[in-house]
Amino acid sequence: MENWSYIIWILIIPFLSFLFAALPGTKLKSSVSGLVGIASILSVAILSYITAYSYFFVSGKTDGVFQKIIAFNYVWVRFSEILQIDIGGLLDPISVMMLVVISTISLMVHIYSWSYMHGETGFARYYAFLSLFTFSMLGLVLATNIFQMYIFWELVGVSSFLLIGFYYEKPSAIAASKKAFIVTRFADFGFLLGILLLAYYTNTFDFITLTDTNGALITSPVAATFMGASVLTWAMGLIFIGGAGKSAMFPLHIWLPDAMEGPTPVSALIHAATMVVAGVYLVARMFPVYLMVAPDALEIVAYTGGFTALFAAVIACTQHDIKRILAFSTMSQIGYMMLALGVSGYGGEKGLGYMASMFHLFTHAMFKALLFLGAGSVIHAVHSNLIGDMGNLKKYMPITHITFLIACLAIAGIPPFAGFFSKDEILVAAFEHDKLLFSIAFFVAGLTAFYMFRLYFRVFWGKKQAYHHAPHESPLIMILPLILLAAASCLTGFIPFGKFVSSDGKELLVHTHWNIALPAIGFALTGIFTAMAFYRKETNASKDITNALGAVYKWAYKKFYLDEVYLFVTKNIIFNGISKSIAWFDKNIIDASMDGMALVTNYFSDKIKGAQSGSVQQYTWWYMVGSIGIAVFVLYFLMIR
Amino acid sequence: MIQGVPLQHILLLTTLLFFIGVYGFFTRKNLFTMLMSVELMLNAVAINFVVFNAYLFPENLQGHFFTIFIVSIAAAEAAVAIAIIVNVYRNIRTVNAERINEMKH
Amino acid sequence: MSVTLFYITAVAILLFAILSVTTRRILRAAVYLLFVLIGTAAIYFLLRYNFLAALQLTLYAGGIIVLIIFSIMLTSQMNNQLEKPNDLQVVLASITSVVGVGLVLFVILNHSTFITQYSEKIYHVKEVALSLISYQKNGYALPFEVISVLLLAAMVAAIIMAKRELKNKEQ
Repeated sequence: MENWSYIIWILIIPFLSFLFAALPGTKLKSSVSGLVGIASILSVAILSYITAYSYFFVSGKTDGVFQKIIAFNYVWVRFSEILQIDIGGLLDPISVMMLVVISTISLMVHIYSWSYMHGETGFARYYAFLSLFTFSMLGLVLATNIFQMYIFWELVGVSSFLLIGFYYEKPSAIAASKKAFIVTRFADFGFLLGILLLAYYTNTFDFITLTDTNGALITSPVAATFMGASVLTWAMGLIFIGGAGKSAMFPLHIWLPDAMEGPTPVSALIHAATMVVAGVYLVARMFPVYLMVAPDALEIVAYTGGFTALFAAVIACTQHDIKRILAFSTMSQIGYMMLALGVSGYGGEKGLGYMASMFHLFTHAMFKALLFLGAGSVIHAVHSNLIGDMGNLKKYMPITHITFLIACLAIAGIPPFAGFFSKDEILVAAFEHDKLLFSIAFFVAGLTAFYMFRLYFRVFWGKKQAYHHAPHESPLIMILPLILLAAASCLTGFIPFGKFVSSDGKELLVHTHWNIALPAIGFALTGIFTAMAFYRKETNASKDITNALGAVYKWAYKKFYLDEVYLFVTKNIIFNGISKSIAWFDKNIIDASMDGMALVTNYFSDKIKGAQSGSVQQYTWWYMVGSIGIAVFVLYFLMIR
Repeated sequence: MIQGVPLQHILLLTTLLFFIGVYGFFTRKNLFTMLMSVELMLNAVAINFVVFNAYLFPENLQGHFFTIFIVSIAAAEAAVAIAIIVNVYRNIRTVNAERINEMKH
Repeated sequence: MSVTLFYITAVAILLFAILSVTTRRILRAAVYLLFVLIGTAAIYFLLRYNFLAALQLTLYAGGIIVLIIFSIMLTSQMNNQLEKPNDLQVVLASITSVVGVGLVLFVILNHSTFITQYSEKIYHVKEVALSLISYQKNGYALPFEVISVLLLAAMVAAIIMAKRELKNKEQ
C-alpha cells in the first residue's frame, strides 16, 4: 500500500501561492508573484502526474478493480457521532483524471498568461485569483464528501466571479460577473437543498458510503415520496440543478456567454476546461446513486444534456463574437457529456456512457482550452473579439492557425484527433439507450463541425482585411502551450481510456464502432465542407441563407431571446410586481408604524421632560409623595378587609 | 428604668423626629444641612429598632444589630457624601443643591 | 423619676431637631444635631442598651458630627447665613410632613392597645459581640461581613474622590 499523504500538498501549494500573491498587494513586484504562481502550479502538475502514475499503473488496483482511496482525512466539524464534516482527499479514477486535467490546463494557462497578461495593472491579482481557482477546483475534485465538495464548489464560484470581473473598470465585466455569480448561486441553492435532503435521509455526507453499490442507500433506498416522486429522486434532481447551474445547462446557461468578459486565458481555464465540467463531475461522482436510486433524475440529466447540446449548437452557428461561439460550443459539448452520463448504465459494457462522458471531458478539456488559447492569441493580434474584424490570418499567424485547425478537427470529431474517439463512444452509448437522444447527438455532431469551421474559415481564411498594423504571431511563451495542447489533442484519443476509467472500476475494453462512426464522420465532413463553401472565400451564399432563414436566424442570433425572458421575469414580475409591493409595504406599513411609535414617544418625552429638573429635592419630594400614596393605598385595602 | 412608658409614645417621638428630618430635607438648600436632616431620619429609625426589640422581642438581638448596622452605614454614607460634597465644592464653588442641576433634561 | 427624665429627653430631642432644621446658621445646626444625637443616646441608656448608647456617642456624636463640622470649615461656609427657604417649598414640605405624621400615627393608634411593659434584660457586650460573629442560629456573621465590605467600599470611594482632585492639581 502506498503512502498517499503527499496528496495534501496538491491543495496546500496553490493556496500558499494564492496567499503569497494576494497578501502583499502591490508591494511585491508583479513578475515575482507570476513566477511563484507558475512554479507552484508546475509543482502541482508534477505531483498530479506522479499521483496519476502511481494510482493507475502501480497501486490503485486491487483484484482488477480500481479502489477508492482516502489519501488523507481530517474531521473539520463534528456535530454528533453520525453528523460530521470532513475535509479530505479521495482518490479514484475520475478524481485522479480530473487532477491531471486541471493541473495540465492550469499550467498551460499560467504559462500562457505570463505573456498574454503582460503589463496589465492587476497582474499579481490575476495570478492570485488563478491560484485560488486552482486550489478550489482541486479541492472540489478531491472532496471525500458532498459537503466538502459544496464548500469548494462555492469557492470555485467565487474565484470565477473574481476572474470574470477582473477588468472591474468595465461595466459589462461587472455585470457579467454579477450575473454569473447570481445565476450559479441560484442553482447552488438547489444543490444545498439536495445535499440536506440526501443527508437527512442517509445520515452521511460521505461519497464512498453513498455510492457503495452494496451500501444501505442503494440496496434499500428510502421509501418516502413527495409529490409522486421519491424523496431521493427529488434530492438527486436538486443536486443536478446545482450541477446544471455550474455547467451552464439549459435553462441556467445564460451566464456563460457573458462570462467571456473575463480575460481569455481565464475563459480557457474556467469556462471551458475545468469549472464548467464540475457539474458533469458531480453527476459522475454520484452516478451509482442516480442510476440505481433515482433513474428519473438521470433521465432528466440525459434530456437536459441533449437539449442543451442542440440548443447551444444552433446559437453558436449565428454568433459573431469568437469567444461567444466558443462559449456556446462549450455548452454544447458539456451537454454531450451530460447526455452520455444520462444514457449510461452500470458495469461492463453498459457503463460505456459513463466512461465516454469522462473521456469526452478529458479530451474536450484539451482541445477547448486550445481553442480558447488560440482565440486569445488571435484577439491579442487583432485587438478585437468579432470575427468580422478578422480574416486571412493564416498568413500572419501560422502556428496559431495550425493548432487552431487541429482543435477544430478534434472537436468536429475527425479521426485521428481526440474528439473523434470520445464522441464516437458517446454516440454508441446514446444509440443503445435512446434513439431520440442519439439522433440529437448525431445532428449536433454535424452542426458542431459546421459552426467550428465557420469560425475557422472566417478567422483564418476569408477576405483580406485591411489591418491597421499587420498582425503578428504571438510570442513563444504563448505559442508553447498551444503546441503542447495541440499535441495533446492529437494524441489523447489513443489513450485506452476504458482501462482506467469506468463506471465500476473494472477494466472496460472499447473499440471503435465503425457502423456508427462512419456516418458520423461523413456528417461532420458535410458540415465542414458546407462551412468551407460558405466562408472560405467571401461569397454571398451565407448572406442568402441568412436572409432565407430570416426570423429563425434572428431568433437564434438573439439566443432565442432567453436573456430577454429572464430580464422580463426578473424586472417586470419580480422587481416591479413583487419587490415593489413588498417595498411599499415595508416603507409605508412596517417602517411607518415604527416611525409613528418613535414620533409618539418623542412627543410625550418632549412634554414630560420638564420633570427632569435636575433638582434633588424635587425628586425626593416626588418620591415621598409616591411612598405616602402607596402607603395610603395599601392601608385602604387593609382596612376594607 | 422607664417601665410604664407606653411603646406608642416612643413611636410618636420617632415619627415626629423622622418627619422633622423630612421637612428639613425639603426646605434646606445647603448640602450639609440636607445631610444633617438625613441623619435625623436615620436616628429616628434606629430608635424605632431599639424600642421594638426591647418591647416586643426581648429574647432576640435583631433590633440591636440593625441599629449597629445603621450606625455603621450612616458613618459610611456620611464619609462618602462629604467626600462628594467637598469635591462638588471644589469644582463649582457651591454647595447649594439648587445650583447643582447640570443633570437635567 | 426615669419616666419623667424620658419625657424631658423626648421633648428636648424634638426641640433641638426642629431648631436644627430651621436655624439659619450652619454651625448651630450642626450643634443642635449633636444634641439630638446625644438625646438619642440618653434614650438608649434609659432602655438599658448601654453598648448601643456608647456606640451612638462615640460614632455619631463623636465621629460624624466632627466630620461634618470639619468639612463645613473646609468649604468655608461657617459664617454664611443660610438662605431662607421659599414659601412654596415650606408649604409643600410642611404638608408632606404633616400628612406623613398623620398617616403613621393613624397606623400606630389603630393597631393595638398600649404596650407599657418591656424586658429589662441587660445585654452585655460579650453576648452582643459573640452573637455578632456567630454563624449559628441568631448569629449575624453574614450581615457583619456584608457591612464590613460596604465600609471598605465606602472608604475606597471616599479616598478616590478626595484624591482625584489632587492629581488634577498636580497636572
